Amino acid sequence: MSNICENEMKLEFTSKSNNEAFARITVAAFASQLDPTIEELADIKTAVSEAVTNCIIHAYEGKEGIIKILCQVFAGSIQIEISDTGKGIEDIETAKQPLYTSKPNLERSGMGFTIMESFMDEMKVESIVGLGTKVTMKKIIKKE
Amino acid sequence: MEWNYKNEDKLLTITLKEEIDHHTVEKIRRKIDNEIQRYMPKKVVFDFNYVNFMDSAGIGLLIGRYKITNMLRRNFRNKEYNYKCKKNIGDVRCAKNYTNSKREDCGKSRRK
Ligand SMILES: Nc1ncnc2c1ncn2[C@@H]1O[C@H](COP(=O)(O)OP(=O)(O)O)[C@@H](O)[C@H]1O
Ligand SMILES: [Mg+2]
Repeated sequence: MSNICENEMKLEFTSKSNNEAFARITVAAFASQLDPTIEELADIKTAVSEAVTNCIIHAYEGKEGIIKILCQVFAGSIQIEISDTGKGIEDIETAKQPLYTSKPNLERSGMGFTIMESFMDEMKVESIVGLGTKVTMKKIIKKE
Repeated sequence: MEWNYKNEDKLLTITLKEEIDHHTVEKIRRKIDNEIQRYMPKKVVFDFNYVNFMDSAGIGLLIGRYKITNMLRRNFRNKEYNYKCKKNIGDVRCAKNYTNSKREDCGKSRRK
């Protein structure tokens, strides 16, 4: 697998919940150049939806903020970086635990990070409290 | 979203048709809870056949509905339904619907 970036796309939008669908559809459209299967595309859409939703509910807590997405296509894989400048995560390891949620009253399932981790091939979370969070995910798209 | 209620089996079937994410789930949740309160079903079945996208918001939705139906059923058995339902769901109408659809049981619980 090569690590030369073949194509790149940047997206910047307001933290409004109706942008969740916009973000996942746009990223999926960009990813389709790698000829993914329907299942691989669904995985990408779900992971993007999770990360973007987290920016809206947790990072900005309903207030207006900017969400950025950087997508890079490599030969046989796509890397997706989703970042916010919201409140940040104090304890990343705890946040990543299945079923952990800091907002149980909102009927959150606490499965966001677990889904991103299992639907994608790699996931990395970087965060600084008060500055923001960046989630980087990679999906390998196999070529038959 | 569509629903179908079979009175003989007290079975409420909810057929979801929209994409389920944090944005759309709010409206879906309100509709479902409305129907659950209206019919007071013994059993709720969710049909996801027509859903072509769902993220963890859908899991939260299901766990939440599971808790509610469980609570209603438990309260039903305990015959403390009216009181608990008002308190937990915060909807007075539901006690009224209950009277209309299941007069006998409700009478018993109120006599207690
Ligand atoms: N972008 C973010 N900014 C701040 N906190 C976050 C962010 N993403 C996730 N978190 C924290 O991590 C926890 C777990 O996230 P997740 O697994 O998606 O579950 P959920 O969204 O259901 O709470 C959240 O409850 C929140 O406390
Ligand atoms: Mg989440």
